[in-house]
Amino acid sequence: MVLLTRKIEFSASHRYNNPAMSEEENRRVFGKCNNPHGHGHNYTLEVTVAGEPDPVTGMVVDLADLKKILEQEVMRRMDHRHLNFEVPELAGQIPTCENVARVIWNLLEPKIPQGRLHRVRLYESPDLFADCYRNGCGPNGSAA
Amino acid sequence: MTAASDLKIELGRRYRFAASHRLHSAQLTDAENARIYGKCNNPCGHGHNYTVEISVSGDVDPATGMIANLADLDEFVQREVIEPFDHRSLNDEVEAFRVEVPTTENLCIEIYRRMRAFPNAKLERVRVEETSNNSFEYAGDKAQ
Repeated sequence: MVLLTRKIEFSASHRYNNPAMSEEENRRVFGKCNNPHGHGHNYTLEVTVAGEPDPVTGMVVDLADLKKILEQEVMRRMDHRHLNFEVPELAGQIPTCENVARVIWNLLEPKIPQGRLHRVRLYESPDLFADCYRNGCGPNGSAA
Repeated sequence: MTAASDLKIELGRRYRFAASHRLHSAQLTDAENARIYGKCNNPCGHGHNYTVEISVSGDVDPATGMIANLADLDEFVQREVIEPFDHRSLNDEVEAFRVEVPTTENLCIEIYRRMRAFPNAKLERVRVEETSNNSFEYAGDKAQ
């Protein structure tokens, strides 16, 4: 099995606020991420596809296809958008790195034309990221 | 849509500290130490800017969108890893390295041992960059 990773960057704004909690509780739990006016990040997304290289093309997945899928599913939805208000897939969820990574996984997985989605890693900043794997296929899983 | 239980989400966070060390094993002669560790055996020690990457997993709390509150993770890492290691001599000021050689392999294991006590999420792995060219990972001993 070979892993192929494609990286893209997008910028978006968000705010952490749970309407089921009091204002005070929101401030306590989310700190400055609860700022009513929101804030933004430059996100870096790494998408890893696993598979055997095609015997004819030598590719795990055609990068041109993958780039188109990332443009369609991620860039158009999230780049220069407010994640709380403009991404229906995140409705009702706090747009944390964990939740955004999971939404991106769910958007991408059915679209991967060749190989299988192995990992989605979303950096909110260089020091904070979330990884999404299928259970059992992670870096410590049996299939990895 | 993938059921939440089919996916594994991990949160990764990077921290930095600077410390000195000397690689020298009491089980080897001076000549052997010099041969094996080379310039890292310099009696006066030397230092590095270390980067520590901590990965944890767990259920994403629907109320917060988080595996673990970052403020709690940061506070724990600060107390258990950064404060005891930053701007210290690993050989002289960290109990574990009075016996073990403070290679970055052993440093990973020591940080893993400390991080296992983090109560709010499951520790997945510790990755340490000793320099931008050398990195080490420890995910626990599966045999244990």
